[in-house]
Amino acid sequence: MFKSLSPATRLGLLLVGVLLACLLFMTLNVRAGWAFTLPFRGEKLLGLLLVAYCIAVSTVLFQTITHNRILSPGIMGFDFLYLLLQSLMVYSLGSIFFSQINPSLKWLGEVFIMVGAMCLLYYWLFIRQQRHLHILVLVGIILGTLFRSLNAMIARLMDPVEFDLLQDVMFASFNQIDSTLLGVSAFLALLVTLFGWRYRHALDVLALGNDQAVNLGLNPRRLMMLILIAIAVLVSVSTALVGPVTFFGLLVANLAYQLAGTHRHVYVVPMAVGLAAMILIAGQAVLEHVLSFATGLSVIIEFIGGLFFLILVIRQGRR
Amino acid sequence: MTRSTVHTNPFYSLRWLSGVALLALLAMLSMMVGVMDLSLTHLTDEATQVLLISRIPRTLAVMLTGISLAVAGMVMQMLARNRFVEPSTTGTLESALLGMLVMTLFAPGLGVLSKTLIATAFAMVGSLIFMLLLRSIPLRSTVMVPLVGIMFSSVVAAVATFIAYRFNLLQSLANWTNGDFSVLLRGRYELLWVTLICAVLAYLYADRFTLAGMGRSFTTNLGMNYALVLFTGLLLVSMIAAITVTTAGVVPFLGLVVPNVVSLMMGDNLRRSLPWVALLGAGFMLFCDLLSRLLRYPYEVPVGTVMGVIGSVFFIYLLLKRTQPSHV
Amino acid sequence: MIEVAGLNKAYQTQKVVDQVSFQLKGAGVTAIIGPNGAGKSTLLGLISRLQRPDEGWVRVDELDVHHCAGDRLAQTLAILRQENQISTRLTVEDLVSFGRYPYSKGRINEQDQFKIEQALAFLDLLGLRHRYLDELSGGQRQRAYIAMVLCQDTRYLLLDEPLNNLDMKHAVGIMKLLRRAADEMGKQVILVLHDINFAASYADCILAMKEGQLVYMGSPEAVITPEIMQDLYDLDMTIQQIQGKPVAFYYR
Repeated sequence: MFKSLSPATRLGLLLVGVLLACLLFMTLNVRAGWAFTLPFRGEKLLGLLLVAYCIAVSTVLFQTITHNRILSPGIMGFDFLYLLLQSLMVYSLGSIFFSQINPSLKWLGEVFIMVGAMCLLYYWLFIRQQRHLHILVLVGIILGTLFRSLNAMIARLMDPVEFDLLQDVMFASFNQIDSTLLGVSAFLALLVTLFGWRYRHALDVLALGNDQAVNLGLNPRRLMMLILIAIAVLVSVSTALVGPVTFFGLLVANLAYQLAGTHRHVYVVPMAVGLAAMILIAGQAVLEHVLSFATGLSVIIEFIGGLFFLILVIRQGRR
Repeated sequence: MTRSTVHTNPFYSLRWLSGVALLALLAMLSMMVGVMDLSLTHLTDEATQVLLISRIPRTLAVMLTGISLAVAGMVMQMLARNRFVEPSTTGTLESALLGMLVMTLFAPGLGVLSKTLIATAFAMVGSLIFMLLLRSIPLRSTVMVPLVGIMFSSVVAAVATFIAYRFNLLQSLANWTNGDFSVLLRGRYELLWVTLICAVLAYLYADRFTLAGMGRSFTTNLGMNYALVLFTGLLLVSMIAAITVTTAGVVPFLGLVVPNVVSLMMGDNLRRSLPWVALLGAGFMLFCDLLSRLLRYPYEVPVGTVMGVIGSVFFIYLLLKRTQPSHV
Repeated sequence: MIEVAGLNKAYQTQKVVDQVSFQLKGAGVTAIIGPNGAGKSTLLGLISRLQRPDEGWVRVDELDVHHCAGDRLAQTLAILRQENQISTRLTVEDLVSFGRYPYSKGRINEQDQFKIEQALAFLDLLGLRHRYLDELSGGQRQRAYIAMVLCQDTRYLLLDEPLNNLDMKHAVGIMKLLRRAADEMGKQVILVLHDINFAASYADCILAMKEGQLVYMGSPEAVITPEIMQDLYDLDMTIQQIQGKPVAFYYR
C-alpha cells in the first residue's frame, strides 16, 4: 500500500510524524509550570531540529557528490576535524584571548577555517587521488582516527590537568545543546538552504556520475566545491551544537532513499531531514521522560548506526 | 626487492645486529628519561630503587607490548589474508575490552589472572565472529576486509560504551582504551611476559600460518588441519590482545604498521620476517613511548594517543601506496 | 562539422593519443577501430570534453569544446561512455528525462515530454518505462542509456563501445538504430567499435588507431583490407565482399 503513495503524500505523512514527536517532546511528563517548560523545552526542540537538519542534509549532499551510499561526513571524521581545528586555535592563540572575543564572531571564524580545511582535504582525497570507493572510505575512517588522536594529543599539550574538560566534547550529547549559538547557526543553515534550492535539479544530474554531468552541461568540479562548502558549514553547525555524531547521518540518508520513492533531491532531502528530526526528537522524549535516561541517545543511535553500516558494507560487497 | 633463495639465519646478518644495537640504545634512553635524573655510571641507592621499581619494568613492558602486538598483527594478517588488519581492526581488542568491563561488573573481586583469561575468551569470540563475517563477503576486495573489521570493532565498542555508560564505568573504560605505561611499576607488568611466550609460539608455528594464509583448500591439500591452525592463531592473537589491554591499555595500529614495513623490506616468509617484526615492534614502541614522555615533559601524553597519530598517518600512507590509483 | 587538430594526451610518460588530427563533415556513422590500448576511448573522451588534452584543440560546429560553456555544448554534442554506474535508483523514464536537462534545467515542459516519448518509442522502451534500471538486462539498460543521449537531441552523438556485453541480436538492433538515427534524423554518430565487421557493415567512415596515432581513415572498402588489417592487428585476415560490404574472417 505504501508503495503506491506519491512522494508528496509520503512527505506529508512524515510531517505528521515529526509534529507528533514534537508534541510528545513538549508535553510528556511536565512537572514544572508551563511558563518554565515551554521556553526551556522549546529551545531544546529548536536545537534538535537544527541538528537533525544539518546532519541529514550534509550526509545526502555528501553522498550525492561522492556517488556512494556508505560514506558520510561523520564517518570521514569531519566532526573531529572541526574539534581539532578548535583545539588548535585555542592552543595557538591562547585561551584568554579566545574567551574575550564575541562567541558568535569567533564561531563564524571557526566555520570559515573549517570550510577551507575541508575543501583542501576533499580536493586531495577525491580529486588528486583517483581511487576505488572502498579505499576512500577506509582512508576516511582512518583520517577520523587521526583527527581524534591529534585532538586528544593537543588537549594534553594544552593543559594536562584540565584536559578532562575537553574530553566532554568528544562525546555527542543531544541533551545539552549549546543554545548560545542557536541564532547564528539557524542563519547559516538558512543560507545553505537557499543555495541548495537553487541547485536542486543540478544535484539530481550530479548523482548520475561525473561523465554524465559533464555531458548534460554541468561543471561538476565547481559544483562539487560549492556543495562541499555547504557541507562544511552544516557539519560545523551540528558539531558545535551537540558534538561529533558518526553514523546517524548514514542511517537517515539511507532510510530516506528507501522511503522517498523517488531519486529527486527535492523529495529525498526533506525526507531525510524529517526522519532525522522524528528519530532524534521522539528518541530524546522517550529516553528522557519515560526511561529517565538523559544522555544515552547518542550511544544508542551510534550502535544502531554502526550495525546498519556493517550490513550496508556487506551487502555492497555481495553485489 | 631481491629475495635470496638460500635460507640464511636471520640472526647473524649485519642488518640484524645493527638493529639490535639500535634497540639497545633506545632501551637505555628509555631508562634514563624521567623526572629524576639518572646517570648509569654513578648509581645512588635511591637511583637503583627508581631503576628497579619503575624504569626497568616500564622499559620491559613497553618492549614486550611492542613485540607481541607486532607479532599478533602479523599473524592476524596471515590468517585473514589481508595486509590491513590487526587486533584493533578486527574486533579483537574491543572484545577484550568488553570482557574486562563485564568482569568488572559481575565479578569485581576476581584476580587479574582470571580477568585476563575471561578477556581472552571474549577476544577469541570476537575474532571468530570477525572471521565468520569475512566469509559472508564473497568478493573479498583488499579494503573490504579492514572496513568490515573496523565497523565490527566500532559496534563492539558501542556496546561496551553503552554498558559503561549505564553502570558509571566510563572512567575505567577510558583508562583501558588509552594505552598508558606510566602506571606500570614492578609487580604490575609481569603478566606481559606471557605475551612473549605467545610470540615465541607464533614463531614456532610460523610456517603453518603462512600456509593457512593461502586458504583452506591449499592447507588441506598439504594434509594440515586448517581449523586447528586457524584456532591456534586466533588464540595466540586473542591472548596477546587481552593481556596488553589489561596491563597497558589499547595501543592502536602498531600491529598494522610494523608488519607492513617489514613486508615491504623483505617479503612475507614469516620465519624470516617474524624476528624483524618483533625487533621493529619493540623499537617502534620504545620510540613512541619516549615521544609520549618527552612531548610535554614532565607530564605524559598517553602512548595510545601518540600511536594513534603516528599509526594512522602510516596506515593512510600504506593504503595509498599499496593500492593502485584507478585511471580517470 | 567536427575538427580535431594536433591532439596529444599522455599519462605520466606514456603517450595515449599522439598528434591526432582529422575533420568529419555531414551526417553519417563513423567508427573508430584499433587494437586494445590504441587510444580509442581516450580520443573519444577528448573530443567530448570529458578529458582535457595536453595539446591541440577540438571544434564542433565552430564551438571550441574545451573552452565554451558546458550547457551550450550539451545541446550540440552527447557522449555515452562504457561504464555507467549510478548510485541512485532510477526508472527508465527518469533516466531518459535527464536527457532534457540541458534545455529544461529540471523543469520538464510539454515539448520535453514529447521528446522523451519519442526517444522511448524509438528504442522500443515504452513498455519498460516504469521499470528500475537495476531490474533490467544488460541490453535493455544499454538501450535506456542510448535513449537518454538521443533525447538530448544533439546533432553529434559519441558512443564508446555501445555493443559491449550485448548478444548478437541486441548488437544488431542497436547498430540498426544508430544507422536510422543518422539517416532519418540527420545525426552524426561517432562510435568506438571492437568488431571490425560491425564497423564495415554500418559505418560510412572508419578511423583506425594504433599506439595513439590515427593511422588510417576512409570508407570501409578502403580501410578493411588484408594489408591494413595485418598492420593494425598483426593478424592474417581473409576479406570478402558479402552483400556489397567487406567482411573479415580472422578466427583461424
